[in-house]
Amino acid sequence: MLYDIFIDPFVQMYDMPDFFLQVLWEGFVAGILYALIALGFVLIFKASGVFNFAQGIMVVFAGLTLVGLNENGVPAYLALALTIAAMGILAYGVERVVMRPLVNQPDIILLMATIGLTYFLIGFGEFVFGGEPKQMITEELGLPTGSTAFEFGERGLVILQHIDIAAAVIAVLMVAALGIFFNKTRIGRALRAVADDHQAALSVGISLNQIWAIVWFAAGLVALATGIMWGARSDVSFALEIVAFKALPVLILGGFTSIPGAIVGGLIIGFGEKIGELYWGGLVGGGIESWLAYIIALIFLLFRPQGLFGERIIERV
Amino acid sequence: MFYREAGQFKTSYKADQALMPILQDRVGLLVILAVAFVVIPVFANDFFLTSIMIPFLVFSLAAIGLNVLTGFCGQLSLGTGAFMGVGAYAAYKLTSIFPDANVILMVLLSGVFSAAIGAVFGLPSLRIKGLYLAVTTLAAQFFLEWCFIRIPWLYNYNASGAIEIPHREAFGVVVSGAEATPIVRYFIVLGITALIAYLMANVLRGRIGRSWMMIRDMDIAAELMGIRPLQTKLMAFAVSSYICGVAGAMMVFFWLNAAEPSSYSISLSFQILFMVILGGLGSLSGAFMGAAFIWILPVFLKFIPGTIGINVAAETVEHITFMVVGALIIFFLIVEPHGFARLWQIAKQKLRVWPFPY
Repeated sequence: MLYDIFIDPFVQMYDMPDFFLQVLWEGFVAGILYALIALGFVLIFKASGVFNFAQGIMVVFAGLTLVGLNENGVPAYLALALTIAAMGILAYGVERVVMRPLVNQPDIILLMATIGLTYFLIGFGEFVFGGEPKQMITEELGLPTGSTAFEFGERGLVILQHIDIAAAVIAVLMVAALGIFFNKTRIGRALRAVADDHQAALSVGISLNQIWAIVWFAAGLVALATGIMWGARSDVSFALEIVAFKALPVLILGGFTSIPGAIVGGLIIGFGEKIGELYWGGLVGGGIESWLAYIIALIFLLFRPQGLFGERIIERV
Repeated sequence: MFYREAGQFKTSYKADQALMPILQDRVGLLVILAVAFVVIPVFANDFFLTSIMIPFLVFSLAAIGLNVLTGFCGQLSLGTGAFMGVGAYAAYKLTSIFPDANVILMVLLSGVFSAAIGAVFGLPSLRIKGLYLAVTTLAAQFFLEWCFIRIPWLYNYNASGAIEIPHREAFGVVVSGAEATPIVRYFIVLGITALIAYLMANVLRGRIGRSWMMIRDMDIAAELMGIRPLQTKLMAFAVSSYICGVAGAMMVFFWLNAAEPSSYSISLSFQILFMVILGGLGSLSGAFMGAAFIWILPVFLKFIPGTIGINVAAETVEHITFMVVGALIIFFLIVEPHGFARLWQIAKQKLRVWPFPY
């Protein structure tokens, strides 16, 4: 038993380095996708202090809109543009209908409002596009399919899906773009000001409502990219929403307000759960992927309650 | 005018500190109890009992349980569904191990197991607060759900992976299994819910309840005033999980007859959380109002298209229900973030000063 837990997995890793590399790659890709969802959370949390539970469903909703439009005969790139427009309308609507009347309410009320939004979007998405899983239009969007196999050692083989490589590249580009946007543009600076202090931002003439709409729109764009990447790996379906819960431990690891934290947290969770599942999962009957991420986050929190990169929580009486 | 305490003099401290010092409240409660115990059993049909009243009471109890934790002790939890599941599976195992024991007793006992597990998952609450804590309770939710699927001992190695409630008799009537009549189930559920609600009403206004509220309002200040945070929070987790566990056991024993792991999924947790928030955080009557709203509204929505003669596919109705529930939750949060309980307080104040509003 002890041998199975402490020694055997490492022996396996050493014996079959190609399999281990494959697992690492899987973990890396999963981590990137978790990180992308977490990125959407962080954007909104930074700017408005709202813990946006609806980010997961926004991913599904964006993917569904894109595929649904394409199914009804809209060309792929036009459908992409229309989906971006739809995310813009959603952002504006959320800001106008949900956020604005709820300014200054306690965290839990805002959280509940986003869960309400989740329910609404689930119903709306199923009502318009139907509930069955859909195939992502990978080829029409000009994304690579196919895969490359690398020889490794004498007998090993590591297979990389092109779409996964594309996902990693797009994620890096998106983080870079967001970084430039936050640091170099006027709106980006305004966003950071709002994140620091709502009232101070208001007093120097920054419109909170406008900023919130922009932030929700940015989160919508991140959701769209995530939806495309994730949809290309599996199908676009509402099952993704459960997977999106995985972004929560990622957030905890990285801290609610840190963009690099979201990426690093995503990678830790991605690696951790794939390696845990494949090397240790068999000991307890498999399927530990569903909760391992949360337990990792839980243990982490006991030592660093504010996350890896989060700001230190200072409490005053 | 209708609701006025003027003229109701108290002559002893005991009377002054009674659970309901105002006559109208006592009368109102008696009327509600009379309706629940006499009028509904006499007039209601089986459909009304099984698909509205029993689930409503079960969810009310679960909402009370979550309210103890979130509303009174301020610890946000998303693991309610799993704790209900622990109660259900514990009660099922208990009835399989002790086939001759009284099922009602077993249901009440099963809460002890969920209380123990709830206390274990409450341990991080000492260091972790707010939304972070909510995510750690998700760990409980997903881990326990996994246990319900992967540990066959829990469902007696049943091939379907579900628990099926055996036929059991108590006090000479069938109380569980498919043959139990709705009226018997209704009385059991009503009895347990009323009993626990009464007990909690007293616990919450006593020393324990007050220490929970101190923790909720400001934990550091509470600590300085001599409240031990670990014990107090763990007790809140244990009591809350006990109540949720009993509710979960009742859900499968007296309502569904069979349950799969997916019956206790995260969506159940959310449903209960909605009930608590919409009903009003920190209010027992709010738990009942929230449960009524969240449970009965979709039932109504299901029957509206049929009654006004429009034929809509069942799926479409379900999608629309999702939309309407989501929209209404946002609507009520905007209109009254403190829930139905606050609306009822406002109504009482209006009744008190009517017809002269000043």
